[in-house]
Parts: sequence; structure tokens; C-alpha cells
Amino acid sequence: MGNHSDGSPNHSGTVATAGQNEVEKFQDPGIPPHRLRLADTDPKAAKRAERQVALLFGTSVVGTLIFLVAYFAIDLGDDSTIATIRLQNALLGIGTAFAMLGIGTGIVHWAKALMPDHEVSEERHAIRTEDDRQAAVRIVDDIVEETGIKRRPLIRNTLLGAVALAPLPALAVFGDLGPRPDDALAHTMWAPQDGKLKRLTRDPDGTPIKAADVTIGSAFHVIPEGLNELNEGKLNEKAKSVVLLMRLNPEELHPSPGRADWAYNGIVAYSKICTHVGCPVALYEQQTHHLLCPCHQSTFDLTQECKVIFGPASRPLPQLPIAVDAEGYLVATSDFHEPVGPSYWEREQHERNINA
Amino acid sequence: MSATSTPSAPTFVAKTKGGRITNFVDERVGGSGILREFGRKVFPDHWSFMFGEVALYSFVILLLSGTFLTFFFDPSMAETHYQGSYTPLKNVEMSVAYSSSLDISFDVRGGLFMRQVHHWSALLFVASVSVHMLRVFFTGAFRKPREMNWVVGGVLLILSMAAGFTGYSLPDDLLSGNGLRIIDGVIKSIPVVGTYISFFLFGGEFPGTVIIGRLYMLHILLVPALILLMIVLHLFMVVVHKHTQYPGPGRNDGNVVGYPLGPVYAAKAGGFFFIVFGVVALMAGFFTINPIWNYGPYDPSPVSAGTQPDWYIGFVDGALRLMPGTIGNWSVEQVWFGQVFTFNVLLPALVPAGIIFTVLFTYPWIERWITKDNREHHVLDRPRNAPTRTAIGMAGFVWYCVMWAAAGSDLIATHFHVSLNDVTYWLRALFFVGPVIAFIVTKRVALALQRKDREIALHGRETGRIVRLPHGEFIEVHAPLDEYKRYKLVGFESPSPLPAEPNAHGVVDKKEKRRALFSMWFFEDRVAPATPAELAAAHGHHGEHEAIESGESQKTLSH
Repeated sequence: MGNHSDGSPNHSGTVATAGQNEVEKFQDPGIPPHRLRLADTDPKAAKRAERQVALLFGTSVVGTLIFLVAYFAIDLGDDSTIATIRLQNALLGIGTAFAMLGIGTGIVHWAKALMPDHEVSEERHAIRTEDDRQAAVRIVDDIVEETGIKRRPLIRNTLLGAVALAPLPALAVFGDLGPRPDDALAHTMWAPQDGKLKRLTRDPDGTPIKAADVTIGSAFHVIPEGLNELNEGKLNEKAKSVVLLMRLNPEELHPSPGRADWAYNGIVAYSKICTHVGCPVALYEQQTHHLLCPCHQSTFDLTQECKVIFGPASRPLPQLPIAVDAEGYLVATSDFHEPVGPSYWEREQHERNINA
Repeated sequence: MSATSTPSAPTFVAKTKGGRITNFVDERVGGSGILREFGRKVFPDHWSFMFGEVALYSFVILLLSGTFLTFFFDPSMAETHYQGSYTPLKNVEMSVAYSSSLDISFDVRGGLFMRQVHHWSALLFVASVSVHMLRVFFTGAFRKPREMNWVVGGVLLILSMAAGFTGYSLPDDLLSGNGLRIIDGVIKSIPVVGTYISFFLFGGEFPGTVIIGRLYMLHILLVPALILLMIVLHLFMVVVHKHTQYPGPGRNDGNVVGYPLGPVYAAKAGGFFFIVFGVVALMAGFFTINPIWNYGPYDPSPVSAGTQPDWYIGFVDGALRLMPGTIGNWSVEQVWFGQVFTFNVLLPALVPAGIIFTVLFTYPWIERWITKDNREHHVLDRPRNAPTRTAIGMAGFVWYCVMWAAAGSDLIATHFHVSLNDVTYWLRALFFVGPVIAFIVTKRVALALQRKDREIALHGRETGRIVRLPHGEFIEVHAPLDEYKRYKLVGFESPSPLPAEPNAHGVVDKKEKRRALFSMWFFEDRVAPATPAELAAAHGHHGEHEAIESGESQKTLSH
């Protein structure tokens, strides 16, 4: 049977033999005859459907009761545990579900089994009438004509100018939504204050870190000294200044010229804020010395000064120059030498200003 | 008109209680016209028409549950120390917004349930809007006169995502905070104004202390108001156009076949609201969504692995993941004239979404230009009967799904024990190849289904009964279709390519030539519906089989 036409009646060869070109298409046979349901013919079935609908409405009542019992009988006092809340939540869910599904399925069953199910055909009417349209076009033309806007370009042009400028104040009033960026993004808390170098402290408790505590292979989440004591803008500062501290074998680091003294004894500190879109680069693969950002999987290689080796980031993580103070604590010898975090339009200028 | 003022005139007196109420209302506000128009308005019935209803109903559930949540939520980013009943976070420093979200979860009776209802119905809302749009696309329901309603639908899709995202960020937990962090990074990549927009949005540096309050205002006022406005427009146009219907016997572009609004359709649709609500309640009762207490308050330093955005943001997040930041040693981020062009963020964040929504909004006009079809369409296309459109839709869908899958690249890697890098490389390849494969495969499948329809229309359906003829040949008996079922398979149009036509000046211009090329591409591969002549020929050819068939059916009848 597989041997039929390629789909085009002109090539099928059947049209010519049939010789009935006027009957090219099948005629619409009309709406199929209506088929009666059991409930239409059998009063017993109808009665049964009626009882089923009533039963469904009844389950809805039960559901409402379940909800009320769960709401009032389960107490969320101070001694409640997560298990109590889970139980209450589940019972409220069951109660609401029964209450709603009972009504819903009941109504739908009622409609499907007992309400008339004759399909009806209704004529579509044109969305618009020709008269209306012509009248509307005339009215529009008349209105435009009576304003004389086409004949008086001076009025038209000054109006256009005024209307174009009028929204400017509306834009201007949003000018105080935030401060100007200036160079806020270029600086972090790591800059030495009054000649005093900032210590590297543990996140979140803020205890300083001794170089001797950093064993090979270990990693520390670091915040600058004094961050926790800030009264305002703590999260803003933290969002820029969090650092990852790791210790490698010194010969595994390959510092570029000028960066040789940024590390101490194989201990290096890098910004934890991804240069892609700013997620914390929280995963340190100890064996491979890779840093991985869990948000978009940018991977940075510690042994190549955190160069991007995979993923959507384009720039290496900025390195924080560190040293050890007189008491043996790790300190930052300066702020980052470039803005941290995601790139922005003015970033290059900021970096140049920092290094100038 | 009223009974008292003109007692002599024969007046219509309502006999039933319902009638008297109707009369009461009509005498005061004249509502009878509306009732006359709508009371028995015919709506076609099909399961695929319910996606729009799900969207509408989940929006209603969102309004109800969301109102409850506003009574308890405090969108302040002021610092506080948690004192509620969830012990693991006791005395932890957090924002008031996060603390009040925890209170809703643990100290307000039914609060957790309401939060879960709200979040689940939000996910369902965006999902049902999306699936509804897919249904409209694949059935060609966007064609004249419904192009503007398609655009309204697209706006609703964007608004639903905006509503979702602004709400997702409100609890100020670690997960949503990282989401905002990503948004901030994307905004900063915008040339010239990006840094300013970021500072204006966050009221200074990220995260600042105002963003939650601002998102709250957008989430509970501006976005829902716009959604409501668009829904009104949308439904208004549905009424003006009347609903589309699937092709079938008795259905044509001049009529609408279905059930009257009152009572059957109203009962089914109204009952369906309760069913949607019930299903959402079940999900909220049994499936945890967004357990913010596990994430902790927002802190720019920690992040948990395997974090996912809500599903509808996934495709943007996935695109961000797929874009390589460096190609070899060449950095995708470029510094030109001392300014930074962050293409590795800008391109994936804007281009795929931009392409998807541009094509979505303009598609009705693109297709109308190619086909030069300016008629009104009220009968839907079965997707197989518009193979090229279906293929375009599937290409777009697969493209979206590749990006969406990329948002879970780390989870794919950990669940299937494959290398994360390989997953990304494969998805990068699929990003380009997937849509092409999808287009070709879909088109072939659609054409094959059309051929199958032809076969069934001409030769009947397979009965599975094998008969041995006297001379030893085995045949399978085919049962002919009744005319109603057959019409469903043959009652469609299969336009052929429209060659370039000269314009009013008798010139075939370049644009028209291009259109003709597109038309060729669109309609070149086609399967024409079976014709009565072909049916007659097929029957003549299988005459001997039919004799057996009728004999068989008589046998079936006799016992």
C-alpha cells in the first residue's frame, strides 16, 4: 500500500482519471450526530451521577474541617519543632486540597454528566462593519483637518519639541535614586588606614590569622580587620573585600615581575568576588589548585596567578599583596591594585588611577 | 418601560426568583444586554485551551496568597538579630526582611503554607503562560485577527517573569541575594550607563539598604497592576474575536462550535479554578519550595554549590554559563578607547533573550508577509499541517531548552558523574546545532504525520486483523473511516509556494523576490490533503479487499 502520491494532487495521476474537477475537496459533513450519555437515557445513571456530585461536594466539607482542625489544634508555641510545622503544613495542604478539589471536581462532573452537552454552532460576526470603518476614517480625517495641524507647521513643530522635552523632569526626579558611582568601586577596606596595615581576619568572627596557622593545602575565608565593627555599610564593604587565603608550595606559584613580594612563604590572597558577575568564588580544589565559582563555573588557576582556565569569566581574580607584621599576623600591604568584582564601563580608568 | 409607569402596555413579568433579580438589576443598570451577549456565548472545548485558564487562575491564587503575605512581611533591610522560634538561626544577624520571612514560615499559623502556595503558584503562573503561548504558536492562533492579542500575551510573559523575579528576591536570603548579585553584575556590563543604573537601582553600592523595599513596591503594586491591565485587554480581545477552534466536521472560519457559556462552559471553567487551587494546595502541603531557613541570611561571602534560580530565569543564567570568557588566550572582555566592553556578560545576557522575544513579537507579521495571507483565521492549524512553522517553533524551543539545561550544568555533572567541562562543551555545541537538528527533525516528523493522515483517510485505519486469502496471500484488514473522522484528516489547507508577483508598477522588486524565496522555503515541502477523487481511486484499487471487509463486518454483526 505504500505506493501513493507524493502529496501533490497534480502529480498523483488520480485527479485526471476521476474526471471530477469540481469536487476537489471533501465536503464538510457538519457537526457529528449527538450521542446521548448514559445519564441522558437511564434515570438510574443520572441519579448515580447526582449522588457522585453530592459526594464530591461532601469531601470538600471534610477538607474544610481538616483545615480548621489543623489550624486550631496544632499549636505553634515556643516549644514547637520543625516537625510540628511540617505536620501542620501538610494537613493545611490536604485540607485545602480536599476543600478545593471537592468543589472543583464536583462541579465539573455535574457539568459533564448532567448538564446538556449539545454542541452548538454560533455564527461569527465581522469584527467591524464597512459603514463604521468609513465613518471612522472620515471622522479622523475631519478632526485632523479642523485642527489645521498640517497647514500650520509652526504649531506642530513647537508642540513636538515641547512634548519631547516634557518627560525630562520625570527622569530627573529619579536622579536621587542613588549616589553617583564616582570611584567607589575602585577601593576596598584593605587600604592601610593612617599608615597602619590591615590584618587578614577570619570570616565571619574577625579573629586575625597568624602566618604560622596557614599550613600547606589549607584555605581561609578572610575579611579585613575592622569590618565587623562597622556600623554602616558593612555588607557593602564585605561585598568588595572578601578574600580567599591559601598556602601552596612556594615553587608552585609563578609570580609575574613586580608581584614577587605579594605572597608570603607560599601564602597568597585573592579576591573572592568573581570577575564574571560577582558571585563568591567559594570552591577551592586543593589538589589541582583551582578556584571554582559555583554560580557559573568560572575556573581560576592559582598557580598562574588565578588566570581564567574555564568558564565565562574573562579576567583573573585580583591579588591582594600580603606580608607579616611584627607579631606574626598576616597583613595586607596595600589595597588591591585593580577594582575587584565584575567589570564595569569605567573600570579601566579606575585601574589606571590606582596604579598612577 | 417599567411596569408602574406604563401600566397599559403589555409588560414582561419575570416569574422565577432568578428572573426577578435579573429584572431588578436590569431596571437599575441595564445589564441585560451584557447577559444576552455572554449568557449563552459559545466556547469551543479542548484540553489545550486550559493552559490559559491555569494561568489566569494561578494569578488569582497569587493575589489571594500574596495579600496574606503582605500583612506579615516587612521589606526593611535594617539589621536585626533573629529572635523567632527557629533555633538554628537564633541571634543570627540578618535583615528585618529575612527575619519577617522566617516569622511567616515559623510563627504565623498557616504562614508557611501561604508562602508555599504563593511560590508554587508563581512557578505555575509563568509555566502556564509559557505553555499557553506555545499552544497558540503551534496551532497558528496568532494569525489575523489575533496578532495584537499575541503581543499582549508576550508582554504578559515578560511581566510574569518580572513579577517572579522581584518576588523571589524579597526574603533577602542567601540564595536570592546571590541572584541579585548576578543581576548587579549583568547591569554593570551595560556600556556607558551600566554603573549608574546599578548605583541608582541599589541606592549606591551593592547590596545597599534599599533594594528590597524598591523590589517590594514593584512586586506588589506596579507589576501586578500591569499584569491585571494586560489580562483585561487580553480577555477583552478574546471576547471580541471569539475563541478559536480546532479543525473538524462542522467547524469553519465562519462559525464557532462548542458549549454555551451558561451553564456547561461556565461550570467547567469555574470548577477548574477550584481544581487548580486544589492541586497548588497539594503541592504546597507536600513539596517544600524555597526553604529560606536552610540558606541563611544574605552575606556576600558564602554561596552554596548547586544553587539554582527559579526555573524561568534559568535560560538567561544558562546562557551566562555557556559563554566562554576567554577563547584561547584572547579575552572576550575588551577595552576599547579606555572603556570596558564586557561582551562575555553582555552578549549572553541580552542576545538570546533579545532574539527570542523579538522573533516572538514579530512572528505574526513575518508569517503574514511571507504567506501574503490576509484572511481571518478562526480554525486552528494542527501543528503537523503547518510543518515549517512547527519546525521554527521547535527550533526556538530546543534553543531555549539547551540554555535552560545549561543553568543546571553543575547538577547534570554531579548527578551523572560526568565532567562539568564536558557538559559545558556539549551544551555549547548544542546551542548552535540543536535548533538546526530540531528544525529538520520536526519538519520531517510533521510531513510524515501528514502522510500518515493521508494514508488513513484514503485506506482506513489498521484493524490488526490479518486475513488469509484463498490463494494464500495475507492481508491486514483496514476499516474505512466514517466521514466525520475522515474530514478531520482532510479538512485543511496546504498552501503551495507563492512566486514573486509584480507590484502596482509592474515591477518585481527585491523585497518581493526575497519574500518569494521565503515562501519557497516555507511551503516547498508539502503534503496535500487527500481528495475525494483519490479516495475513489483508492477504493477501486482495493476493491477485492473491501469485499472481504464488508463480508467480515457482516459476520461481526451476525453473532
